[in-house]
Amino acid sequence: MSAIVEIEGLTKTYDDGYQALKPLTLSIEEGEILALLGPNGAGKTTLISLLCGLVSPSGGTARVGGHDIIHDYRAARRLIGLVPQEIALEPFQKVWASVRFTRGLFGLPRDDAKLETILRRLSLWEKRASETKALSGGMKRRVLIAKALAHEPRVLFLDEPTAGVDVELRRDMWEIVADLKAQGVTIILTTHYIEEAEAIADRIGVINRGELLLVEQKDALMRRMGRKSLTIELRQPVDALPEALAAYDLSLSQDRSRVTYFYDTQGESTGITRLLQALSDAGLHLADLETRQSSLEEIFVGLVEAEEEGAA
Amino acid sequence: MNWHGILAIYRYEMARFFRTIIQGFISPVLSTSLYFVVFGTAIGSRIDQVEGVSYAAFIVPGLIMLSVMTQGISNASFGIYFPKFIGTIYELLSAPLNFIEIVIGYVGAAATKALFVGLVILGTASLFVDLQIAHPLAMVAFLLLTCLSFALFGFIIGIWAGNFEQLQLIPLLVITPLVFLGGAFYSISMLPEIWQKISYFNPVVYLISGFRWAFFDTADMPVGLSLLAIGGFTLLCLVIIGVIFRTGYRIKP
Ligand SMILES: Nc1ncnc2c1ncn2[C@@H]1O[C@H](COP(=O)(O)OP(=O)(O)OP(=O)(O)O)[C@@H](O)[C@H]1O
Ligand SMILES: [Mg+2]
Repeated sequence: MSAIVEIEGLTKTYDDGYQALKPLTLSIEEGEILALLGPNGAGKTTLISLLCGLVSPSGGTARVGGHDIIHDYRAARRLIGLVPQEIALEPFQKVWASVRFTRGLFGLPRDDAKLETILRRLSLWEKRASETKALSGGMKRRVLIAKALAHEPRVLFLDEPTAGVDVELRRDMWEIVADLKAQGVTIILTTHYIEEAEAIADRIGVINRGELLLVEQKDALMRRMGRKSLTIELRQPVDALPEALAAYDLSLSQDRSRVTYFYDTQGESTGITRLLQALSDAGLHLADLETRQSSLEEIFVGLVEAEEEGAA
Repeated sequence: MNWHGILAIYRYEMARFFRTIIQGFISPVLSTSLYFVVFGTAIGSRIDQVEGVSYAAFIVPGLIMLSVMTQGISNASFGIYFPKFIGTIYELLSAPLNFIEIVIGYVGAAATKALFVGLVILGTASLFVDLQIAHPLAMVAFLLLTCLSFALFGFIIGIWAGNFEQLQLIPLLVITPLVFLGGAFYSISMLPEIWQKISYFNPVVYLISGFRWAFFDTADMPVGLSLLAIGGFTLLCLVIIGVIFRTGYRIKP
């Protein structure tokens, strides 16, 4: 794989003097799905806007498909599709005209068959003659996606594509993203739903206060930072945990029939063997065992909190 | 050049125009007819002739100019302000278009609409008065240049405007007085001397005078000066638009 987006020291300070993006260096591989996570105001939209030409950089460079986004903006932008965070559509324009308009803007000749494929894939074909103001919020977002795909981009930016979208549509969106990936489209998406990043991303970047805290393969990140938990179901509920178990990081469930133990998979030893021994020594009988990997959400919150403390 | 891009913008802008074509046709016909009833017949019957032309005919060039200027401005300013207002400007900014192409699309469409209205007025007027056009080529040139330059000016206003009030401010506060004081309905020579002097600073005087010369072969100002004024104004607008796009003024943080 080769890098399709290469960002070097890209930075943005807005006119009011606020540095929304600290110098950022990142390269995005062709065909991957990169999810950018970060709290409100972290600088995710700023980064995307810089790459798409909506905001002028204060410093640094970026190339898309090898084309500089400033000096060779035409070639760079032809490769890029953008679905903005805010829904922005001309209310009286029909879906079909709207999608056709975008294709034209990007300098491509009319191709009705191509647009039909896109609209059908997004379940918009039946709505092609509707004015965009008559569409539901979820459908409007799909129109935005259809517009972004109208010029067959190689790189697609999705800025919070599933904000305010119901569960079904979200799953649908994930499928669309998977489809596009299968066609070789590189996708950069931002989201506040960590389960979304977990479900579809290949790599995850975390931004906070304009700074890229980390970018890592999702699996490696989960493995590296993941804590696991072991839940032990007891044969008989206990009133309290025996004194002998005080040394372990344990918690007892409400109904007092399950004990949960947190451990680090990267540690020297997990301590599971000793814990099980101690439980049996204390006279507790086990009914069942379950282990669980901690979610990306926990990792993410931990990261941002750690940084916040560092900054304070 | 991204011709498909220019065409996309032009067609989009014209589509809005065609949606309201009936209104776009009827309103200039109606207002022109009213002008003729009031100025041409009621008042004009008391004024013999101005510079050797019947008063009803005399006001035709001014009437056309007034409409063409306001139409050019309002169409172009609204055309670019609207995407800014509803947020769809992101598409223009992220497309492989340079500012010249964007301007050609928007200003071209606005100028076309202004031209349409100008021609409708000319047609309506010719039903009321017997019009002779002394210099047809010059008439067309003046008309086209005015459509173009005021559409350019409107484009600047649309970029500059931060809300709908500002969008209407300049046309209302600047253009309407300049046009009314620009000799649309009278000859500058009819004014007291001091007002004649002041009128020399009104650029619209040169436009209307030049346009009227194309019709009747008489003018308040030398024709060359009129051409210079309109040419200079067009150039100035182009330069300002160039600066706007280079600096991203009000469109690109
Ligand atoms: N045009 C602007 N002028 C000044 N400051 C801005 C501008 N746009 C964004 N900012 C500031 O830059 C910071 C980053 O904003 P940005 O929109 O990139 O955040 P984000 O990560 O996309 O947040 P969210 O998750 O809420 O969408 C914020 O503090 C915001 O107030
Ligand atoms: Mg954002």
